[in-house]
Amino acid sequence: MDITAITLSVKLAFWTLLFLVPLSIGVGRWLARTTFRGKLWIEALIALPLVLPPTVVGYYLLVSMGSHSPLGRFFEQLLGSTLAFSFEGLVAASILVNIPFAVLPVQRSFESVSRDVREAAQCCGMSTWQALRRIELPLAWPGILSATVLTFGHTLGEFGVVLMVGGNIPGETRTVSIAIYDRIQAFDQTAAGQMALMLLLLSLVTVGVSYVLAEKWLHRFRSQH
Amino acid sequence: MIEVSLNHDAPPLDLDLKIKSNQTTALVGPSGSGKTSILRAIAGLLKTQRSCIKVDKTIWSDSDQGVWRATANRTLGYVCQNYALFPHLTALQNVESALLHLPESERRKQAMESLEKACIAGLEDRLPANLSGGQRQRVAMARAIARRPSVLLLDEPFSALDRSTAKRLYIELNQLFLELHTTVILVTHDLDEAAQLAEHLCLIHHGRQVQYGTTNEMLRRPTSVEAAQLLDFKNIIRTSCTASNRETSNSQIQWGDLLLEVENAPTLSPNSPLFWTVRPSDVTLVRADGKNTSELGNLLHAIVDELVLLREWAVVTLKVVNGGPERLQMQLRPSALSRHQVRIGAKIQIAIHPSVIIILDE
Repeated sequence: MDITAITLSVKLAFWTLLFLVPLSIGVGRWLARTTFRGKLWIEALIALPLVLPPTVVGYYLLVSMGSHSPLGRFFEQLLGSTLAFSFEGLVAASILVNIPFAVLPVQRSFESVSRDVREAAQCCGMSTWQALRRIELPLAWPGILSATVLTFGHTLGEFGVVLMVGGNIPGETRTVSIAIYDRIQAFDQTAAGQMALMLLLLSLVTVGVSYVLAEKWLHRFRSQH
Repeated sequence: MIEVSLNHDAPPLDLDLKIKSNQTTALVGPSGSGKTSILRAIAGLLKTQRSCIKVDKTIWSDSDQGVWRATANRTLGYVCQNYALFPHLTALQNVESALLHLPESERRKQAMESLEKACIAGLEDRLPANLSGGQRQRVAMARAIARRPSVLLLDEPFSALDRSTAKRLYIELNQLFLELHTTVILVTHDLDEAAQLAEHLCLIHHGRQVQYGTTNEMLRRPTSVEAAQLLDFKNIIRTSCTASNRETSNSQIQWGDLLLEVENAPTLSPNSPLFWTVRPSDVTLVRADGKNTSELGNLLHAIVDELVLLREWAVVTLKVVNGGPERLQMQLRPSALSRHQVRIGAKIQIAIHPSVIIILDE
């Protein structure tokens, strides 16, 4: 079993979540609260990674991260090397690919906080920040939890984009999914099976725990009469 | 004094309203008349195209001067139709949410006081999901009064409650309003509710103020046809004036071939078309052996056209002999029907005192 690949995958998921959770709270709340012309196009753009083949997403990311693109050159000057085939590049790709998994559940959960409740917070004299912290975030919590779990699970299992952007560099870009593929290619069924089982159990536990937590939270609001 | 001046296209609002401080005023009108929008505009939840809201000389909004105070900075309490309690917080925490400007110990003390005032002490640890409709309403009220607001805004606070719970809460709320000594603006479409709770009524229709006055005066004497219709007056009759005495305020109006005496009428020009009304309860039945009828005022003969028997009242529709084509409604105790042999087709004598005839602006 490739422990380095597993650690790398968890590390990738951690960094992805660190950037994506606050971003999805901001964007999800903004989209839930506002209506403007062109909102549908922004929502379509956010959902795009859901329908695009990972190789296509990976291809565009690879091109934009390469030293021939302005963005690639900018990061090369900033970091000393291109983003392509690096862990930093993998984090950037993972964030982009996971945007719909993070933003959409958060947006839906903010939408479920009724206008009356939000206005009641204002009438109670709460500032925007107080209302967000005390009222909206706790009520949107199941959606945020769901977004976190989906993003975590999807990052662990992402294959196409990771392979295109990061390649297969041990300790740098070889995540657990790549490692499983690598072991299959090398006819090492035992290692591939162990890692696949571990990934399966990890995903199951994560999803299961999130379901239990969300159910417990929602149970509080339901009438016990 | 609370001065509210609003203009807006959607929803349509065109209003100049002056509400007395430290009293309860009910905004009454049919659904869709703009009552809730007015309340939301006062709270700062609806930004109208033009607004000027002054609460005891403090300007909350003035679009001409570019003044806008955010809702959170307006000292108000607001109870909306479904109470909008925070579902993840207990009753006590809900009330404490309105007191975040206070230190924690003071916050709890004041929240408990508010819960006690709203008669909901003892259930402070319950979540809204585990409270009944009436209890939720009390928690919402406790939260609204916790900040000691200068204006308390109540938007149909009884609409989600059954009649008996609502009636019980009327009593509690009246007591609470007396204790608070604050300005209360209540939105309702229910005239009975408004009459039970408010000292002043403001009739609203299509976003406009139709009439404003004390509750007693409004319920007894609407000034226009529109107000009378909104106040559910049944007998609204078009006729003309024949004579008007400017000194005594007495007039004579013609209805069909009948001449009716009217007291306290505005000065009317002879032969001018006008509307008059009388409340069904002010039309009196004259006993068959009628003696001393001279003090009863206008005596009319009528034929009973229709009878509707309700639990407490019987509504009798009459065709007045020699009167206009309109039918007149009167209200009787059900027991009076058999006692005075009032049945469909029966000929009866009725009286309308000149003081109960109300002349209406068109």
